[in-house]
Amino acid sequence: MTNHFNVHHKADTVGVITVEGVEAGQELTGWIMETDETVKLKALDPIPIGHKIALGDIKSGDTVVKYGHDVGKAVADVGKGHHVHVHNMKTKRW
Amino acid sequence: MVDKSKLSFQGYRRENGRVGIRNHVVILPLDDLSNAACEAVANNIKGCLAIPHAYGRLQFGADLDLHFRTLIGTGCNPNVAAVIVIGIEPGWTQRVVDGIAATGKPVEGFAIEQHGDINTIARASYRAKQFLQDATEKLREECSIDELWVSTKCGESDTTSGLGSCPTVGNLYDKLDPLGITSCFGETSEITGAEMVCASRAINEEVGKKFLATWQAYMDEVIEPHKTSDLSESQPTKGNIEGGLTTIEEKAFGNLEKIGKTVKYIDVLEPAEAPSKGPGMYFMDTSSAAAECVTLQAAAGFVVHLFPTGQGNVIGNPIEPVIKLSANPRTVRTMGEHIDLDVSGILRREMTLDEAGDALIDVMMRTCNGRLTAAEALGHREFVLTKLYRSA
Repeated sequence: MTNHFNVHHKADTVGVITVEGVEAGQELTGWIMETDETVKLKALDPIPIGHKIALGDIKSGDTVVKYGHDVGKAVADVGKGHHVHVHNMKTKRW
Repeated sequence: MVDKSKLSFQGYRRENGRVGIRNHVVILPLDDLSNAACEAVANNIKGCLAIPHAYGRLQFGADLDLHFRTLIGTGCNPNVAAVIVIGIEPGWTQRVVDGIAATGKPVEGFAIEQHGDINTIARASYRAKQFLQDATEKLREECSIDELWVSTKCGESDTTSGLGSCPTVGNLYDKLDPLGITSCFGETSEITGAEMVCASRAINEEVGKKFLATWQAYMDEVIEPHKTSDLSESQPTKGNIEGGLTTIEEKAFGNLEKIGKTVKYIDVLEPAEAPSKGPGMYFMDTSSAAAECVTLQAAAGFVVHLFPTGQGNVIGNPIEPVIKLSANPRTVRTMGEHIDLDVSGILRREMTLDEAGDALIDVMMRTCNGRLTAAEALGHREFVLTKLYRSA
């Protein structure tokens, strides 16, 4: 079974696409590495390899969690299954 | 637990007892003006290695101290059998010679003023020939894993670095730290966002505080006075962003995967400072630019480097072999000639971290025994001195 995305930590709100060519509407299989669980999710954007996918609805201003830690904030609402990157997420540091 | 007896390697034991994995005769310029003479000597005497660089004039204070520490440390590195130093004038040239001579290895200095390039090149070439022929008689001998000094730094990182290649290095450190290796990580700015987690990985509170003070000084002295924006496209870099990394915090947590899950670092080093507290892991205050960081680590005496990359950094170092690993299947496919170990199987759930760590130990030991890295075969010799401020 192809694995399409990985999630570092159970508490994370984003996963990482690990295959090339993910299309909008594609049903994806993911792996939560911390707990070795398999999860399903529908991509709603084309997402390049290495880029992030929202695991649930994220509101503008919400902290984005990866590695179980705060890695920045959403600067726009991001729906579940959408692409998370510089267009809707920013650092809190500089 | 890894079987320590299976991890011996064939290295070069130097006069001061340190162990190297390469046997270079280096032609080392004191300053930018002496690059041409050094390159001419290395051209005359086949097998010598000139290490040209951009600085060495009118530096002062801490910046000058770092210049000398880096040049002397490069000459002292046990991957170097012997050194010719060439400088424009004799005073500072001799200072580098004296620093390297403390190791007991053959070293001699030549100054250009009152001789000119041609005469200097001739005299230095005669000596380089002798050093090279003597070095080629040096035999490898069996060395123990606890004599090995290993550094790490990642580059052109992407999210696959944090998922695969960085934790593979961490797995190696978790396995080999208990066996007594001396190791190093750095990249001060790139720990931003994960600095408290990094501080908690120090051996005790005092070392943790020393790390945080180093990190805070970098923020106060470098980032805050000079930043013009949110550092977009610098940290993370344009390549990082292309690879899916969005923020410095995200990059920092991926970066820190390199130090594994259990190792505690035992001290914080100045740039290019040699470790002095015995075996264990050290944090070094470095830039996060690849060549600057590896140059400083090599100058501190580390002999083999582990370099996880996501998007495909191609860096090497003249004296410290750089082993590259990547978990990004596109990078492995499109620029495989730069990659020494493919760990993309981790992303496909086909390879465990434990298996990846064992594979990296195998590649590292083969490199220590003499196998050239991809960067060595491709001629990558990036040697970049860290400059703290403008010269006088």
